[in-house]
Amino acid sequence: MAASPKATKRKKPHIVDKPKRSKHVKSGVLSGLLRNHQHVAVDSLDRLFSTAGASILTWAMIAIAVALPLFLFLVLQNLQQFGSNIDEATQISIYMELDTSETELLAVQNSLNSHPTISSTNLISQSQALEEFQALSGFGDVLSGLNENPLPAVIVVTPNSGFLNQVRALVEELGSLNKVDSVQYDFDWLQRLDEILNLAQRLTLMLGVLLAFGVALVVGNTVRLAIENRRDEIVVVKLVGGTNSYVARPFLYTGLWYGVGGGLLATVLVMSAQLVMQGPVSQLAGLYDGDFVLIKLGLSDIFNVLLLCGFLGWFGAWLSVLRHLRTIEPK
Amino acid sequence: MIKFDAVSKRYPGGHEALNNINFHIEKGEIAFLTGHSGAGKSTLLKLIMQMEKASSGQVFVNNQNLNRLSKRQLPYFRRNIGLVFQDHQLLFDRSVFENVALPLQIAGFDSREAARRVSAALDKVGLLKKENQNPIALSGGEQQRVGIARAVVNKPALLLADEPTGNLDPFLSGEIMELFEEFNRVGVSILIASHDLSLIAKLQHRTLTLDHGRMMQGTSKPAITDI
Ligand SMILES: Nc1ncnc2c1ncn2[C@@H]1O[C@H](COP(=O)(O)OP(=O)(O)OP(=O)(O)O)[C@@H](O)[C@H]1O
Ligand SMILES: [Mg+2]
Repeated sequence: MAASPKATKRKKPHIVDKPKRSKHVKSGVLSGLLRNHQHVAVDSLDRLFSTAGASILTWAMIAIAVALPLFLFLVLQNLQQFGSNIDEATQISIYMELDTSETELLAVQNSLNSHPTISSTNLISQSQALEEFQALSGFGDVLSGLNENPLPAVIVVTPNSGFLNQVRALVEELGSLNKVDSVQYDFDWLQRLDEILNLAQRLTLMLGVLLAFGVALVVGNTVRLAIENRRDEIVVVKLVGGTNSYVARPFLYTGLWYGVGGGLLATVLVMSAQLVMQGPVSQLAGLYDGDFVLIKLGLSDIFNVLLLCGFLGWFGAWLSVLRHLRTIEPK
Repeated sequence: MIKFDAVSKRYPGGHEALNNINFHIEKGEIAFLTGHSGAGKSTLLKLIMQMEKASSGQVFVNNQNLNRLSKRQLPYFRRNIGLVFQDHQLLFDRSVFENVALPLQIAGFDSREAARRVSAALDKVGLLKKENQNPIALSGGEQQRVGIARAVVNKPALLLADEPTGNLDPFLSGEIMELFEEFNRVGVSILIASHDLSLIAKLQHRTLTLDHGRMMQGTSKPAITDI
């Protein structure tokens, strides 16, 4: 474009005033962006509080959706203490083969005594077993008629570990020893509890994932309404040169605050439940006589919940922004 | 500043709003765009703002071919153009000051520099005293002046106005036009779409006339720098 002589004599308008403009922009781009983030963060939170009625509803929905799996998770973690802590006095009985000699028995007992997860062993020889049986059953006469002792020798082992998985490994190891006929240990119900808890944990995780999507959708929908409400503003902002990220920013922050607020409310809910349950639970634990400690929501858990909720809110808002914001163009 | 080179615009649905438009507005020029209702005035301005894309031909603004403007560049391009609407498009959830500050806020100005510029712009349109009011409390003429302040606050090189005096009485319209002439005097290129023929006749600036999407030849009034 050839500028007319008349035009060039005039004071240069802004658009051609390149050196000056770029200097200003370069020094200000980052701080300007930061300023805008700051401003928008505060402003969007402000807006949530100024429409507190509607915001509280959204916060409450998010809080319930988050508190439910969080609480279940906590309960399961507590129950798992029962599942994995076995009464250490529970003993394992090793039935030896009938043809095991006295010296072999002693050798096995000796080696077991030095095993790291065994605290003590007690050898019941074939004859001792027979005596016990005769004394307890009253069938003494019948047995004394036999010329061979049908009862095997038994080594009773007390493990020094209370952890189910360690005891289970020990039982397996004992079963594979030479001259061992069978090993008996009654952890069926413990095993079942453990499996049930594993399943419950998985279900809780699935529930959590579903509800997390729910949170994102709730925030997304709320943000969609916010976008609709600010349609005029979006059009004007786009016409005076607002970038897409500038236009999206207040809504992303809105989503973030919805998430964080909901998460905060959820932790308050869970902690209240904890407080209510603390009394009865410790009584129950007293009955159980184990060294049971109530696992509570820790500071880092709270931090993680807020982080996750903030992310979910932001993500929901982002989905909404992606779908709805780009369709609003000045016409 | 603005150059149209064989530009046509066909809206979806087939209506040809602009048909082979050629013209050139120099830097620092002020011109009117006139024509009957539906002639294509708003469409022409929308092509400059890239609210619509030309169906064929090329639009240049400050030597930049708008066909080559990417989506990313569009916002930055728009920051160099001030736009005044008939219905002023003010936001009623904020004060006059905040309305005018919006383009600066978007461009990332720090608040002190922004405040200085907003005050200067409001002073120019004679509304400095009303900066803290909500624009809803202002008269039509005042609202239009706030819209103008917002359009010039970023010191754009080009100012576009679509029926800026459409709702105003002749006296207020005259005032608004004087404002535009003032900006033009300091070098801003201005294109004003209007069908207020008496006002246009009085002001004696170059006039582009559209008729059913075609540019009428020889309608430029006193022709300052006709091509
Ligand atoms: N988005 C659109 N889709 C389809 N047709 C459109 C669209 N916008 C405008 N038109 C048509 O294009 C033609 C030109 O419209 P335009 O708004 O540019 O006219 P105008 O000169 O500004 O009229 P007015 O003085 O009434 O504002 C009209 O016939 C109109 O119906
Ligand atoms: Mg129009």
